Amino acid sequence: MRLGLVIDLDTCVGCHGCATACKQWNTSGTIGPLSDTAPYGKDPDGAWLNRIRTFEVEEQPVSKTVHFPMSCLHCEKADCVTVCPTGASYKRDEDGIVLVDQDKCMGCNLCAWACPYGARELDPVQGVMKKCTLCVDRIYDENLPEAERKPACVLTCPTSSRLFGDFDDPNSEVSQAVRARDGQDLMPELGYAPTNQYLPPRQPVEVSVHAVEEEQPFTVKGWINKMIAR
Amino acid sequence: MSSTEHVIKASDDLPQFENHDQQEVKYSTCYMCACRCGIKVTVENDQVRFIQGNPNHPVNKGVLCGKGNAGIMKQNSPAKLRVPLLRKAGSERGAAEFEEISWDRALDILTERLQRIRETDPKKLAFFTGRDQMQALTGLWASQFGTINWAAHGGFCSVNMAAAGLYTTGHSFWEFGEPDWDNTKYFMMWGVAEDHASNPIKIGLEKLKRRGAKFVAINPVRTGYQAIADEWVSIKPGTDGLLALAFVHVLLKHRLIDEEFLVRYTNAPQLVVHAPGSSEHGLLLRSEDGRPVVWDMVGEQFTGAHDPDVSPALVGEYQTPDGRTVHTAMRLILDKYLQPEYSPGQVAERCGVAAEDIERMALEMAQVAFQESIRIDVEWTDWAGRTHDHFIGRPVSMHAMRGVSAHSNGFQSCRALHLLQALLGSIDCPGGHLAKPPYPKHIPPHIKPARTNQPNTALESPPLGFPTCPEDLLVDDQGKALRIDKAYSWDAPLASHGMMHMVIHNAVKGDPYPIDTLMLFMANMAWNSSMNTAQTMEMLRAKDDNGEYKIPFIVSCDAFHSETVNYSDLVLPDTTYLERYDTISMLDRPISEPHAACDAIRQPILDAGRDVRAWQEVMVELGGRLGLPIFINEDGSRVYKDYKDFIVNYEKAPGIGFLAGWRGKNGDEHLVGEPNPEQWETYIDHECFFEYKLPENMRYLRHANRDYLEFAQRAGWVGSTEQIVIELYSETLQTFRLAGEGLYAGPKPPLAPQAERLATYFDPLPFYYTPLEQQQLEAGEYPFYAINQRPMHMYHSWDSQNAWLRQITAQNYLYMNRAQAEAMGIADLSWVWLRSHNGRIRVQAKLMDGVQADTVWTWNAIGKQAGAWGLSDDANESSQGFLMNHLISQSLPEQASQSNSDPITGQAAWYDLKVAITPAAAHEQGSWPEFVALPPLQLAQRAADEISYSSHDNVNLVRSNADILRKGGLS
Repeated sequence: MRLGLVIDLDTCVGCHGCATACKQWNTSGTIGPLSDTAPYGKDPDGAWLNRIRTFEVEEQPVSKTVHFPMSCLHCEKADCVTVCPTGASYKRDEDGIVLVDQDKCMGCNLCAWACPYGARELDPVQGVMKKCTLCVDRIYDENLPEAERKPACVLTCPTSSRLFGDFDDPNSEVSQAVRARDGQDLMPELGYAPTNQYLPPRQPVEVSVHAVEEEQPFTVKGWINKMIAR
Repeated sequence: MSSTEHVIKASDDLPQFENHDQQEVKYSTCYMCACRCGIKVTVENDQVRFIQGNPNHPVNKGVLCGKGNAGIMKQNSPAKLRVPLLRKAGSERGAAEFEEISWDRALDILTERLQRIRETDPKKLAFFTGRDQMQALTGLWASQFGTINWAAHGGFCSVNMAAAGLYTTGHSFWEFGEPDWDNTKYFMMWGVAEDHASNPIKIGLEKLKRRGAKFVAINPVRTGYQAIADEWVSIKPGTDGLLALAFVHVLLKHRLIDEEFLVRYTNAPQLVVHAPGSSEHGLLLRSEDGRPVVWDMVGEQFTGAHDPDVSPALVGEYQTPDGRTVHTAMRLILDKYLQPEYSPGQVAERCGVAAEDIERMALEMAQVAFQESIRIDVEWTDWAGRTHDHFIGRPVSMHAMRGVSAHSNGFQSCRALHLLQALLGSIDCPGGHLAKPPYPKHIPPHIKPARTNQPNTALESPPLGFPTCPEDLLVDDQGKALRIDKAYSWDAPLASHGMMHMVIHNAVKGDPYPIDTLMLFMANMAWNSSMNTAQTMEMLRAKDDNGEYKIPFIVSCDAFHSETVNYSDLVLPDTTYLERYDTISMLDRPISEPHAACDAIRQPILDAGRDVRAWQEVMVELGGRLGLPIFINEDGSRVYKDYKDFIVNYEKAPGIGFLAGWRGKNGDEHLVGEPNPEQWETYIDHECFFEYKLPENMRYLRHANRDYLEFAQRAGWVGSTEQIVIELYSETLQTFRLAGEGLYAGPKPPLAPQAERLATYFDPLPFYYTPLEQQQLEAGEYPFYAINQRPMHMYHSWDSQNAWLRQITAQNYLYMNRAQAEAMGIADLSWVWLRSHNGRIRVQAKLMDGVQADTVWTWNAIGKQAGAWGLSDDANESSQGFLMNHLISQSLPEQASQSNSDPITGQAAWYDLKVAITPAAAHEQGSWPEFVALPPLQLAQRAADEISYSSHDNVNLVRSNADILRKGGLS
């Protein structure tokens, strides 16, 4: 099983719902707490497992605003795991989820440096590494209603821009979405073989309009009423 | 993953991460914004474990936004008030020196004061409410108290949208209607920042994208929703009405309009008297029984517009037997909008939209409406009792909000949008803009604002209503305003949400009269909810020659330490949304869906643990203490023991109460029925919401749908089953215009400028005019439009106290068009001066491509006064953030007596602002003006230096040593 996310850049409006859903679930989850510093002071900061970056990209004829949610991509070739000196970072055999054993992590930050996606954040209070768990504490929890056994970000996304599933299963929702919408690796040239896939923005919809004949300029006097019963 | 076949199976022996036995799940309604989504809250150890969307809820269908997911940190805010506060004797208002007092004492003080006001002159109580969702209760309370000086915040929010809708279509954008997301094929969104309505729009946009419908965003700024639009139209602020009327021009020019819709459902064929200079000019021709008249093409005669068996002429000019000339309203529409002034070529530069794009978009709408129309095969009965076997849908829909609303031409601009919708036939049809029950209403709703104001007497009608003629205005014999905010005066005749933005200003000036007590609920009028903030703070402190405050007593009720708390004499601390019972009532701002009448409740999820009371409870308590009629029995004893009791047992009319679900003694009647003593419990058993789905034959064309109208009448939503005829031509507006022209037989405005405003702006057909403030500025002196938007993850001033959300945005910038800024020598993140006719501020600029070149903008309400909202004195919000409000004046530049508002509805015109920009000197850093830091409030809980929130001990997932040995961890 190769679990991961599909993120649709065509429909993400940048509401941060996935980011705060992630924060609230995971701060009490297996990877938590996710600490915050200066929460009510200057330059508040904290550990987040999912952040939305909004930027403009140059495109012709006009630039485009993109909302880009970023979390761990659960790479097949995860350097964050291989660089870990304590064995705290690992990729699960069963489902490919990349995790950090909080007890073994010494907070050296090597894994964060190794991650080209900036997906790992050191907890500023606890001093250990935090990252997306794909909500491993939700997806297998048989005490949750079946429909809710998904990562919190997927559960909450108001534009359904996030899908979760098994990329090894060709019939899964994620596999189908990737096929249908040309799902992309993020920065494939780096060779990390990320599991998560991004769906590029769709081509803008165009309405083809039948040519309107430029007749004589329309005049009020020339109007002939149709017989329309009330 | 809805299908079970792809459910992830547990694959190994994971630890038990959650102890579900110690957790409790409760349902309620979110209040992180005005969207009112259903939530499912998991609680453990008296803390919130998780707040998620309720999948069964009609509003959000399981999803939740950035705000809703951050409810934990609203609940944990250090800015929560904890106990009632009384300004210390001898201390100055605004100095925030408070004495903490008991609720008994607080209520005694308030009761005594209010009792005296009520016994003498009830209008001396001005009661205004902010972001509340309980206007039905506060309005009822005010009318029982007997003060006409009540309103909520709609006057600076969206009254132009509501009023334009209710005076035109009988419903409106946002709360009274929404696009048919499931069927629309072309969606045009006008002036919508990232809110209003939050999740329904997001859910809807995704449906459109999935279906391949076209999404056009008309907005000077390309953030949020606009970023995913198929086409972004970077319009110049305040010109939306002009663009809409250019679309109208193109549709009319090519006769691409739904004539059947216009004839059957609008007043376009009704006849208008042409008699310039007379008192009947522009009024509808009426038959002897007072009903509008059309020209029947079959009988070739004048006949009642409401007769079913006629074929009215849509366009024409006729002579009445008594020699008067009459035109159909449609003829006037053609005459007006076919003029070159509305042609794409002539509006293009003004709107900042290319003429060929205007022409193309209009033709696209026509293409979709008429060539791609849809048909829903359902048998339904029209207003005249004729059955039809299908509905035709014109799948073009629109949504519009503050970018249209907050301009002084917003009412007419919004009417222009409704005219465009009507020409396309896309009102309450499949794929079009759908009404939400209890709307549509008759046009306008048959409620007149109360005017009498007698001691110890309840008002005869609600404080807010819908005037149709000058006699309905709230003015005295001299034409002077009766209300403190001058709503329904000659300055703002159709001010159907009141004018909260003028209350402090007018009360301090004693114009039209001084008041005794200003009672504010959840409104930050000392800061981001006022125009002209710095001067407003001075006004709140202003004293008369005797050293008495010009507003003698200010009471505020809020759950949090807002800037306004410091300017209060008495502070009543409210609960949070997770701590109280509450109703989201159909008598109020409904949460219905187009095809279902809905309401909802909140229930306490957590103990407050502070000495706070829900304002709902306080209202009922005060009602009893003051002996307001509905709250007491004949013997003077109280009717209701608390809020819950009131909600269950109060009936507005027999069988109709605040909650529509599970009425009747046995809880088996819906919409109408006797009080059900178990109603709260039943709501709680049903996940805290009620949804009454309309049958298929009542889902469209409800303005002319007999089954629906009969049903709506039984439910108390409409007063009659008469067809609701869409008023493209507004006789109401013309009536006021006649008054302005001195041609009306009844009351006339006393002052020449008032008369001129009526004559100019009360056009019975929508038209475009330059926003009032901009008319009075020296051309070129203030070259930039300046507007405020709201980030998708924050609601008003609320969320700077939220430890998670302020990490996303703790500072607002002045966003400028990159090319424009660079040409002016303004670099990214440099500090600039912004100057308006009202003052200047220093702000930090940020450059972007996605903003109209002549427009600058910011996120509103991020800037804070140091010390408020539980934030430290050096928080980014106060040291770097800013309020644009300082630049916005309450008055027009050349008419100090005239408020900066829409001349028709009184909507605060805070989007009309224009500014000049200059780079700041190198040493000028940080936002300016700076305000003295508020002293820390007694008993506000200490703001933590760091947070590691968890509702239980986190259970780590341990990697086995065997796994490490097998795979190795070292590189």
